[in-house]
Amino acid sequence: MGVKIGEGKFFERVDKGINDKFMRKAVKEAQTRLEGRKTQTTEEMGNWEDWRDLSEEIRQHTLENLDYYLDQFVENVAKQGGHVFFAEDAAEANEYITSVVKKKEAKNIIKSKSMVTEEISMNEALEELGCNVVESDLGEWILQLDDHDPPSHIVVPALHKNKEQIRDTFRDKRKYDKSSDPNELAQFAREQLRKDFLSAEVGITGCNFAVAESGTVSLVTNEGNARMATTLPKTQITVMGMERIVPTWKELDILVSMLCRSAVGQKLTSYITGLTATKEEGDVDGPEEFHVVIVDNGRSKILGTQFQSALQCIRCAACINVCPVYRHVGGHSYGSIYPGPIGAVLTPLLEGYDDHKELPYASTLCAACTDACPVKIPLHELLVEHRRVIVEQSGKSSFGEKLAMKGYAYAASNPSVYKIGSSSAPSFIGHVAKGEDGHGKGPGPVKLWTDIRDLPEPTGDTFRKWYVNREKGGGKS
Amino acid sequence: MKVSLFLTCLADVVYPASVGKSTVEILERLGCEVDFPKKQTCCGQPAFNSGFHRESRDVAKHMIKTFEEAEYVVSPSGSCVTMLHEYSKLFSEDPEWQERAKALSDKSFELTQFIVDVLKVDDVGAEFHGNVTYHTSCHMTRLLKVKEAPMKLLENVKGLKFTELPNKQQCCGFGGTFSVKMVPISEQMVNEKVEHIEETDAEVLIGADLGCLMNIGGRIERQGKPIKVMHIAEVLNSQA
Repeated sequence: MGVKIGEGKFFERVDKGINDKFMRKAVKEAQTRLEGRKTQTTEEMGNWEDWRDLSEEIRQHTLENLDYYLDQFVENVAKQGGHVFFAEDAAEANEYITSVVKKKEAKNIIKSKSMVTEEISMNEALEELGCNVVESDLGEWILQLDDHDPPSHIVVPALHKNKEQIRDTFRDKRKYDKSSDPNELAQFAREQLRKDFLSAEVGITGCNFAVAESGTVSLVTNEGNARMATTLPKTQITVMGMERIVPTWKELDILVSMLCRSAVGQKLTSYITGLTATKEEGDVDGPEEFHVVIVDNGRSKILGTQFQSALQCIRCAACINVCPVYRHVGGHSYGSIYPGPIGAVLTPLLEGYDDHKELPYASTLCAACTDACPVKIPLHELLVEHRRVIVEQSGKSSFGEKLAMKGYAYAASNPSVYKIGSSSAPSFIGHVAKGEDGHGKGPGPVKLWTDIRDLPEPTGDTFRKWYVNREKGGGKS
Repeated sequence: MKVSLFLTCLADVVYPASVGKSTVEILERLGCEVDFPKKQTCCGQPAFNSGFHRESRDVAKHMIKTFEEAEYVVSPSGSCVTMLHEYSKLFSEDPEWQERAKALSDKSFELTQFIVDVLKVDDVGAEFHGNVTYHTSCHMTRLLKVKEAPMKLLENVKGLKFTELPNKQQCCGFGGTFSVKMVPISEQMVNEKVEHIEETDAEVLIGADLGCLMNIGGRIERQGKPIKVMHIAEVLNSQA
């Protein structure tokens, strides 16, 4: 799939999102539900802010010492018979993964949910080999059946679909003949997926956290599918972003709790799985062969820059669940598998500005995201930082804007110029205040403003005039 | 106590005298001596948030100089005061200016914050009759962390019938240049805000930031709805 999704220009995607009444209702309801649950489970901790501070510290410490912890993790995996591969980019990762699959002569592959495998287009690479790749996360499975509809949320990928649409997809693709009742739909998915779990020769997972001290891969799900995908197939491949490391089980404990509470408002999800190496003698389940693919794909370029804190992300989507922009435009408008505030920060870092230049501006900087983040990524500040880079380094800001900002700064640092502008403003505003029949009137930004809103009517004196008169009068009016 | 008023460019240039006048009158009633440094302009936020940091540094220097002699700087805007607090970050490589920026930030307060936290007053003796609701602006609550002060002051206004705004934490869609760069998104956001205001049956929407009020009020006007928008200074300055 790759990071970039969807066709068309940013504002075309936004228009499509805004006009999708169903999607918007679904997003609003999901935001209310997820945010409500999150508030409940975080408030009951009593000292949520202390936990955020601690989690930030853990993530910062890990990133500052990432080479050390990665080494430790790799050593511990290798010591227990696992294979580790460092992939610099998507192509290297896919080359390694396909080579393992080829060697196993595997045809059937079962997957648990993983954003990084979407990022590197792993499914497509395996399908090219002739493999049958099945997503086992229910949301991802629905999207896969529906002709690879892209995810619109990093935790709830099929958030934009309702149960009737899901019933139709099941009916068209899998001859489903029952109702849109969620229980019946889930039961059908279980039955369908069961045979895929049993027939898979290779199981592929993502990785929520990798524990350096023990070489363990930890996975968080509510469906138990990751556990099935790592116990039934004989070969397991785990694909992880290079920043998904925790030093010890102590930090894992804290961050898993922060993830579950922030993502879905649960103290813990139904399944927290810790997988260390291959199965031992006497074990009934577990893989005989274990591979970990550690993916860089642009991450090491972010390390050591002013954007490093973006790598603290634990992919909980709390920022997405409170974002008022996401609320109205939905995930697909962002044109990236990573939507919402973290997506607007991360996507240009991974992919460059060319295809994603609007994303840093798709925020009011209301800071709801920054407040929601369990690891304290200053998301709104990073969006401003992107804007600064666009202006100062990439030269991608428009000539008009540059001119306007230079003019503004000149006026705002020279009171005599500011005074000329301010004294003529009221008559100008009076002229354009109401627009024309609901359409904007006036130059540039003023026209855009009055497209949808009126300007205040300049009635009575300005403050300066009132103040000066009062001073002249010598007394207080 | 000597207070210098930082009016903000919206109250200075776009709006008539009322907000600034109310601010001065409330502060004087509470025993402050208020002056208005006439060289003041804008806090620089439009340039800063658009990524034009060199330009906003020029504006910041001008504002730092303008208010250097002030004992306290008080402003009827949480967002603009937040920007004054950001100045020291702009001068991370210039210790001299950073220190001067920090001095400004330490003595700068949003109006309700100043009344409640510095003057230690919860009741300004105002009287205002009507059904009202209050919009909690984002920068004031999340960045400046002023949440309680406006509520405390409104609670003590005689005659006020207050209904809390549903989804009050949600941004109104102003966002400075966002309001003109991302018009279709901003429109949806402000529409939802207006819907929630209507749900409260309020005749008056009160707010503490003219940016938000200009956005919400402008949309209300355009839709022809009978809801008035007032700055909290105007409400706190109302007498029977």
